[in-house]
Amino acid sequence: MRELSYREALREAMAEEMERDERVFLMGEEVGHYNGAYKVSEGLLDRFGERRVVDTPIAETGFAGVGIGAAMVGLRPIIEFMTWNFSLCAFDQLVNNAAKLRYMSGGQITLPIVFRGPGGAAHQLAAQHSQVVENLYAYVPGLKVIAPATPHDAKGLLKSAIRDDNPVVFIESEVLYGRKGPVPEEDYVIPLGKGDVKREGKDVTLVAWSKMLQVAQDAATELAKNGIEAEIIDPRTIRPLDEELILKSVRKTNRCVIIEEGWPFAGAGAEVAYRVTSKAFDYLDAPVRRVTGEDVPMPYAKNLEHLVLPNVEKVVAAVRQVLYRS
Amino acid sequence: MDRDVMLLLYRDMTRIRRFEEEAARCYTRGKIGGFLHLYNGEEAVAVGSILAVEPTDYILATYREHAHYLVRVGDMNAAMAELFGKATGCSKGRGGSMHFFDVSKRFMGGHAIVGGHIPIAAGIAFASKYRGDQDITLCFFGEGTANMGAFHEGMALAALWKLPVVFICENNMYSMGTPLYRTLAVGDVAVRARGYPMAQEIVNGDDVLEVREAVRRAAKRARTENLPILIEAKTYRFRGHSMSDPAKYRTKEEVEEWLKRDPIRLLADRIYDLGIASEAQLKAIDDEAKHDVAEAVKFAEESPTPAPETLFDDIYAEEQPVPDVEKVVALPRRASAGA
Ligand SMILES: Cc1ncc(C[n+]2csc(CCOP(=O)(O)OP(=O)(O)O)c2C)c(N)n1
Repeated sequence: MRELSYREALREAMAEEMERDERVFLMGEEVGHYNGAYKVSEGLLDRFGERRVVDTPIAETGFAGVGIGAAMVGLRPIIEFMTWNFSLCAFDQLVNNAAKLRYMSGGQITLPIVFRGPGGAAHQLAAQHSQVVENLYAYVPGLKVIAPATPHDAKGLLKSAIRDDNPVVFIESEVLYGRKGPVPEEDYVIPLGKGDVKREGKDVTLVAWSKMLQVAQDAATELAKNGIEAEIIDPRTIRPLDEELILKSVRKTNRCVIIEEGWPFAGAGAEVAYRVTSKAFDYLDAPVRRVTGEDVPMPYAKNLEHLVLPNVEKVVAAVRQVLYRS
Repeated sequence: MDRDVMLLLYRDMTRIRRFEEEAARCYTRGKIGGFLHLYNGEEAVAVGSILAVEPTDYILATYREHAHYLVRVGDMNAAMAELFGKATGCSKGRGGSMHFFDVSKRFMGGHAIVGGHIPIAAGIAFASKYRGDQDITLCFFGEGTANMGAFHEGMALAALWKLPVVFICENNMYSMGTPLYRTLAVGDVAVRARGYPMAQEIVNGDDVLEVREAVRRAAKRARTENLPILIEAKTYRFRGHSMSDPAKYRTKEEVEEWLKRDPIRLLADRIYDLGIASEAQLKAIDDEAKHDVAEAVKFAEESPTPAPETLFDDIYAEEQPVPDVEKVVALPRRASAGA
């Protein structure tokens, strides 16, 4: 199968959906003439023109709200945040409007809109530019939250998100844009809410999404050297969560370690741990463990940044604990 | 014009230019991480403004704030060490290029969310008025910021409550890759002041003396009458938005046209014309700047990285005994800084 980068896969998803459906348009800072701050939308302006690839001023509340208004009356906007850090300026629009308009109107309003852009920590960008927001958005009923880890998943999930009739928060990973992987030529979608088994194993279940999948995979390779076979589950969609897939794996391995980049307090991993503990308690041979980012704003200094993020050693240590092999 | 002032302006602008040129080299060599936004070409704005006010007045800037820090605080070593992510940096290696702070010198940061610091500047000015201090606040930002909600809300409150704050728009014609005319429905950012309403002035941001005069007037008014103002300084950044931006969206001719109006060059010519200093004297100032920059790099190289056990320091304030009410009410009052 041909290989595409994560960035190219996302671009192809948007281009194909814009081709299919005239109502789909892309809007955001630098998406057009500059070809995207991270070049995800490169070439789309040339292909679809200014009517459908719309550059905005720096006005997050404004253009997020414009997208919501347009979606209320039948367009299907893709709103790009240059990075998800800046979406916090538009948090009110996403939480109080996008998530709730359907419910508040007694189901009269349909809001087919995708908010997308890069998220997560990047190299030494410091506290205001390096943070995980999926937990914030996953908290809100009315939103769907997706965080793909591979080019294949990125394309299939973004196409589904664009076709979905709900507001979708689609969080890409800034450091995965250049990562390559197999992507089919033919049209395909991945249903929202369906996780994926990224590696089969029998000794422990690792749950990881977005760029933490790579950490989980590297840890699994390391563990395999000592005869420990980890199974890796990528839920891909944080909300709705593919609970069944996770539970099925835990019922097989009897142990679970969750790896997430974000802060530990009230994180999505806590929700996963709660569900595993309450619904597969009888199968567990050890308490569920979480490996998370440290509970601190992201420091700039490289050595400190390194301490904050989950890594292979931390995952291996957590797995040893649930196997009582420390 | 005072000879010493002219030379001081020249010295500060030169120091900024040399510091940033070296920072760019260190960035290319991988010594500095994250984003690095340089201020080359805009030096007259920070220098003219900050040297026009009292050292007790507050300064806030964006992620493009090395210059403002160097004019106000002047500690090149702490600045370079911060870029290198060292414990000796002005934010102890926590902030990096976009988050320089020195609260002891009333340099209130380096803020990286566009528009986020504008209401904060109004808040600092609010506190000055609340306490009856004479201090004012200078708040710098780019023209691309003028569409943010936080910009409008901060300005609206500053005007409504008559807060002593001078908003200084550094209009360098581009917000990232987008030229002004594609982001702004009005020709000048300054006109936005009308609706709040607030006084406004447009200055040539390449002319350090013009900037200085305008800010002196504005500062005096803010200090004596508590009136905010929006000053728009028209200028140009010589390099891309950050080190990762090759700035292909501008023509070579356009950049060359602006390079002719290099604010440092303009001031040097003025200094020669007035016979204030010779070429050799200005060169000596430049050499000193280069020397200090080299020392700063050495200092940064040799400084320790932040100790791992300090990772969780400074998330919350230290626990302190609850002060009694009398001490809370008796807020410190400082003597007037004078106008
Ligand atoms: C809320 C927010 N949106 C987007 C960004 C990304 N960004 C950083 S600087 C910048 C351009 C700012 O332009 P301007 O205000 O003119 O200041 P300049 O960089 O020209 O000094 C953008 C879009 C950000 N930091 N914060």
